[in-house]
Amino acid sequence: MGKAIVSIIGVDRVGIVAGISTVLADHNANIVNISQTNFEDIFTMIMLVDLSKLKGTFEALQRALEEKGKELGVQVSIQREEIFRFMHRI
Amino acid sequence: MFISPEEILETIRMIQLEKLDIRTVTLGVSLFDCSDSQRDMFVKKSCNKLFKFGQKLKSTLLDLEKEFGLPIVNARIAVTPISLVFPGDVEDYRVVAQEFDRVAKELQIDFLGGFSALVQKGVTKSERFLIEALPYILSENQTICSSFNVASTRSGINADAVYLISQKIKKAAALSKERDGMACAKLVVFANAPEDNPFMAGAFHGTGEADAVLNIGVSGPGVVRAALEKIGYGLSLNQLSEEIKKLAFKITRMGELIGREAAKRLGIEFGVVDLSLAPTPLPGDSVAEILELIGVEKMGAPGSTAALMMLVDAVKKGGLMASSRVGGLSGAFIPVSEDKGTAEAVGKKALNLEKLEAMTSVCSVGLDMIALPGDTSAETIAGIILDEMAIGVANNKTTACRLIPVPGKKAGEWAEFGGLLGRAPIIEVNFFGCQNFVKRGGIIPAPLTSLRN
Repeated sequence: MGKAIVSIIGVDRVGIVAGISTVLADHNANIVNISQTNFEDIFTMIMLVDLSKLKGTFEALQRALEEKGKELGVQVSIQREEIFRFMHRI
Repeated sequence: MFISPEEILETIRMIQLEKLDIRTVTLGVSLFDCSDSQRDMFVKKSCNKLFKFGQKLKSTLLDLEKEFGLPIVNARIAVTPISLVFPGDVEDYRVVAQEFDRVAKELQIDFLGGFSALVQKGVTKSERFLIEALPYILSENQTICSSFNVASTRSGINADAVYLISQKIKKAAALSKERDGMACAKLVVFANAPEDNPFMAGAFHGTGEADAVLNIGVSGPGVVRAALEKIGYGLSLNQLSEEIKKLAFKITRMGELIGREAAKRLGIEFGVVDLSLAPTPLPGDSVAEILELIGVEKMGAPGSTAALMMLVDAVKKGGLMASSRVGGLSGAFIPVSEDKGTAEAVGKKALNLEKLEAMTSVCSVGLDMIALPGDTSAETIAGIILDEMAIGVANNKTTACRLIPVPGKKAGEWAEFGGLLGRAPIIEVNFFGCQNFVKRGGIIPAPLTSLRN
């Protein structure tokens, strides 16, 4: 599997980057790029991750990220990057 | 990053807040090689084939949904018009429908379309039996959908078939009266039916198609509506059209992506993306609300036909660029009960049957999911269908009717169909009849425009 986008949306607080990064590291997903912004008054962080050496299944990583998000009080989702490339680039 | 956070958030917002989704992935399966005059043999061969191609459909779509974070609402199957591959009697068609319904449920398919016949020029003996069996097929099964092509620009309009089917519409409504005649929601009567339409109830696998093919329908009215709400009234109509084109491109790209990926995983040819904006009864996911944001006070008000033409033209222009293959209906869906805004406009008497019909002469694909008073006669239903077919035949376009005479209810009362089929007020029907016209029978000859060579 290629690359995916992890998006974190919610209220800023200590430990978000650390928490999410730990989950990604546990699954051997490599963070290629991180960008953080306040978009329309909502804190958002976008990570581009490389899943070529993913340990376990995509679904397991997805579940782990969602659980960590709940713990941190933010909404975390992971989607394959093609969906964004397809929509915004020709 | 290769894509800006704003763009990523735009996509996420479209999906999470504006209800962008893939409305349907429809697997078309040819049953020509299953053809058999023995019912049991036909059922055995065709069910085997449906299992062979369909067994991984639902699980593949669930995987894609998770990986891309994009909801895929319906998985459907369309088969070759049944009358072409199995010549049966009434009982035969009832049994085959039950068997197919069982297979569809086992495959976790929402709808299975193709209990269909192409009768624009004449009706064969077995097609007559199929029409006879219609009320039972539609009311006895959950997933089975039926469609009849009763008219085409090349052949004219088969008024005999229209009248015959109208009588069965009445009977199907009666057999499902405790669900407000819901069985009729699974029947579409067409002029110039497309052979690669992914949307139900009118989907069937055309005779010119490959053995198996995947066709995609997207749902994006919520996205267009939200953008128009933000834009307000500052833009001219041509500027607005440009904005809608860009949105249509983005929406259609999602269909193209899922189509390509699903086809690759299933090892089945990718067919078409249907550009129609398919509304749902959810608040905001409405074509009527788009027209109202373009500027008509309520859908049906003067200007509605022009606004709809502009909307659909922009959707087509943006969508064409986004997909390698475009097909199906690719027009405006205005299913009254399935679009909350449209149902409301009918309830407030802004929108009536005649205005809905006018819109079909431009870009709407038909009189769709319209609840009629229960006492509407078969002759009047036939008259409504004939008018609608005439528009399709004369304009060389697809038109269709999905009409539901709701047993025991009068104009102004509401019909409840539930789920994605939604609810609608019973529309008023012209008090004057057309008995003598319909009962003449025969065929309305093809118009001059049919002679194109």
